[in-house]
Amino acid sequence: MEIFGIPSALLGSQLLIGLINGSFYAILSLGLAIIFGLLNIINFSHGAMYMLGAFVAWIGLTYFEVGYWTSLLLAPVLVGLLGVVLERTMLKQLYKLDHLYGLLLTFGLALIIEGIFRDQFGVSGEGYAVPDALTGLIPLGFMNLPLYRGWVVIAALTVCFGTWYMIEKTKLGAYLRAGTENPQIVQALGINVPMLITFTYGFGVALAAFAGVLAAPVFQVNPLMGSNLIIVVFAVVVIGGMGSIMGSIVTGLGLGLIEGITKVIYPEASSIVVFAIMILVLLVRPAGLFGKS
Amino acid sequence: MNTTTNNDKNMRLVFGVLFLLGLVAPFVVYPTFLMKILCFGLFASAFNLLLGFVGLLSFGHAAFLGAAGYVCGLLVRDSGLSPELGILGGTLAAGFLGWVFGKLAIRRSGIYFAMITLALAQMVFFIVQQAPMTGGEDGLQGVPRGNLFGFIDLDDNMSMYYLVYAIFCAGFFVIYRTIHSPFGQILKAIRENQPRAISLGYDVDKFKLFAFVISAALSGLAGATKTLVFQLASLSDVHWHMSGEVVLMTLLGGLGTIFGPLVGAATIVTLQNELADKVGSWVTVIMGVIFVLCVLVFRRGIVGEIQALIRRSGIN
Amino acid sequence: MKQKKLAAAIALMTAIPFAAQAQVSNNVVKVGVLTDMSGTYSDLSGQGAVVATKMAIDDFIANEKPNFKIEMVQADHQNKADIASNKAREWFERDGVDVATELVTTSVALAVMKVAKEKDRIALVNGTASATITNKECNDVTIHYTYDTYALANGTASALTKQGGKTWFFLTADYAFGKSLESEAAKVVTANGGKVLGSVNHPFPGTDFSSFLLKAQQSGAQVVGLANAGSDTTNAIKQAAEFGITPKQTLAGLLMFITDVHSLGLKATQGMYLTTGFYWDRNDDTRAWSRRFFEKQRKMPTMVQAGQYSSVYNYLKAVKAVNSDDTKKVMDYMKKTPINDFFAKNGRIQANGRMIHDMYLAQVKKPEEAKYPWDYYTIKATIPADQAFTPLKESTCALVKK
Repeated sequence: MEIFGIPSALLGSQLLIGLINGSFYAILSLGLAIIFGLLNIINFSHGAMYMLGAFVAWIGLTYFEVGYWTSLLLAPVLVGLLGVVLERTMLKQLYKLDHLYGLLLTFGLALIIEGIFRDQFGVSGEGYAVPDALTGLIPLGFMNLPLYRGWVVIAALTVCFGTWYMIEKTKLGAYLRAGTENPQIVQALGINVPMLITFTYGFGVALAAFAGVLAAPVFQVNPLMGSNLIIVVFAVVVIGGMGSIMGSIVTGLGLGLIEGITKVIYPEASSIVVFAIMILVLLVRPAGLFGKS
Repeated sequence: MNTTTNNDKNMRLVFGVLFLLGLVAPFVVYPTFLMKILCFGLFASAFNLLLGFVGLLSFGHAAFLGAAGYVCGLLVRDSGLSPELGILGGTLAAGFLGWVFGKLAIRRSGIYFAMITLALAQMVFFIVQQAPMTGGEDGLQGVPRGNLFGFIDLDDNMSMYYLVYAIFCAGFFVIYRTIHSPFGQILKAIRENQPRAISLGYDVDKFKLFAFVISAALSGLAGATKTLVFQLASLSDVHWHMSGEVVLMTLLGGLGTIFGPLVGAATIVTLQNELADKVGSWVTVIMGVIFVLCVLVFRRGIVGEIQALIRRSGIN
Repeated sequence: MKQKKLAAAIALMTAIPFAAQAQVSNNVVKVGVLTDMSGTYSDLSGQGAVVATKMAIDDFIANEKPNFKIEMVQADHQNKADIASNKAREWFERDGVDVATELVTTSVALAVMKVAKEKDRIALVNGTASATITNKECNDVTIHYTYDTYALANGTASALTKQGGKTWFFLTADYAFGKSLESEAAKVVTANGGKVLGSVNHPFPGTDFSSFLLKAQQSGAQVVGLANAGSDTTNAIKQAAEFGITPKQTLAGLLMFITDVHSLGLKATQGMYLTTGFYWDRNDDTRAWSRRFFEKQRKMPTMVQAGQYSSVYNYLKAVKAVNSDDTKKVMDYMKKTPINDFFAKNGRIQANGRMIHDMYLAQVKKPEEAKYPWDYYTIKATIPADQAFTPLKESTCALVKK
């Protein structure tokens, strides 16, 4: 059977793979969107945090015999703490300034972090094995799906929707949303807004680190693994509407699918299709798909 | 009134001294290196026109620098045009590209503006990488410098330097005049308070677009000249890292100052050149530290801080 | 004007006394190592290439006791052709550098070759793979020393096709050297009775190759040729194992270095075929040199780093032999002198600047076969120098008389 001249088995498998990649985009852009929503900062170091997550997992396994499952919790916590420190010492000073300065500061931080890791570990990257419990293939008929990739989708979607639930349905989330809308009033209600902001930044980069640990067994753990991803993830956030939680999740997954299709039709363009879509979306809907203008 | 004339006098003095410095510099400093500084200085100044004086952050300026470089290189190498026509062609191409970018992006502001320009620049990168005549990642190599106006041999580094210097001065003059013209005043008004500018009856979009085209064309002028200097154009000129680098240059030198971008460009180019031999892989870390310090400690940039210092001492 | 005259006079005066004993200008030979110290290629060349150059210079002084001094300068070109071009100009014009060497990545190599030609100095290209250097873009001041796309693609593809890998599918990086790797390999495959079932161009650099690998899987080809390099290759290999493509289909790395194997580990790479110009554990000579390298760098050398040593050493030998650093004299001597050292067997520099030498077809060992660190390859065959590289008569270089 063929759809648009493409064998349906091929299309099916490409869409599934697109969904897997989309899960990475979703979880990364979710973190960016949360940070932007509350801090008004475009976190350019997000790719570096993703890389750090993967490296924490690798270093843990190689030097301290910390396994995959522990790393999945430990890496986000450690990287989140680093985020808290960065927020307290540097980002804090920028909230009243133009977006530009936050972007530049985090860009500089990304250069520093990546540069140090490049010097320490070289550029070839390090291998990280798939955890034993998740090796093997699931026969789906039209393709054999590695068990681990299936796990990536489940884990990423769980975290994404869990985060969404926390922000939209819990009290903490209500504070967060209110803090985004009007920090003065929230402060007046006796809520520690600076604390809330610090927590949010830490949580946002922890999500990036979580994605990094998820990625470690799939991609080579490499100091530069985040630097090319970051602008794609930016585009996802912009398309979804800056600061929109659901927008970033849905757009992330959707973009994965579109990339998957592009890889069948015009593989060379699969790395820039996101930018074409971004231009189109912004021309039609200036505040992105889910944004409020 | 008195202070402005004083300022003007001071400004003229500064200009004069700098102009002379530029004339004798190649006898002291290695000319190719100076030419690189001048090209990036012009590029950063053109970028500053937009960010510093209109308040528009373009994250796609590499597209203008790079595309003009490729157009100029192709015209000179493959079509056999003279260098002055190559530069003109590159500049016009960048201006046109700027018009297209501007048309699509100008109605958006802030981050959305930056993002559209980034996306469009990525498209340009893709086209340059895919097109058969650009040499892909090998770069466009072996562009002859040729003879200026048919009789000045540009293979001589000194002639090439003075051409680059003349181009730089002309470009710089255009920027200076733009800022200090009534047009420039309107741009500043738009930056400070766009709704007010609209209510005063200005067609804000048109002014912004015009500024964007000038900035793009001048970036192209820098890119086309750079291609002749190095006799090559490469993908790194169109890569988004270059768009980031020009932001760094401008910020480091002093956003919205006349000489800031030039100082910033000179600092970055010198660092890249000097550090390359000494610190090896730590170049990026050092660049990152500069970024961070710039944002946290001296946000006004080198020239901005100096100006503030002078102003403060003037009051005391 | 006055200045120039004065300079000329000084130059003349200082030149005369030296002319009697040695014609090496200022009595110093300056070697400039221009490489990628921090980017994508820094593991396969980078600091290791600088170390190799230093070793070559120290060994040369110790063994040959030259009557001239040797200095080394180094710079990081950050993979930018304009930085490389600027640096090379500065070295040649201002600092009196005689030879620019290493020059990884094609855009850098091409740019520096042209500056060298203009300034009449020598470019010794090692890290760059592109075969255009000794074809369309060749010039008479350039030597392409270690390897090229033709040698790698040719060696691996012909060996695998002859062993029965008759059907191929290519995963090609969407840029010039990816495509040239593919086309070189495809030619050899068809020439040996094999068939190319298809190919896919992936964006460079890519991260997720599973879509492309699935296409390769669905093609049913026996061999999947990886016409890419660096992190693209390592990610593709890793993911091929993940999707169960290997070991059912064989992977062929058309441009792989020992650092890639080291980073992936033997589990992911076992059984792969690749062509290399150098393997540290091939014989006593290679082991002796490589152990010395390892002492300094804590890594075994790649073929680029070994080639870097050999090229610099042989360049210095040529300078000593002709007692001059004059570009033409040195180039003429190098082109007519055979090279035999721990790196190159049956080495010879052709008219187009291509240094030809024996290449080796290697297979990556199984994890249980490896007895000690860096015990990665079994050398399956030696590809004789005259078969390993583009036949001279097929070179499109203008220097080749036809």
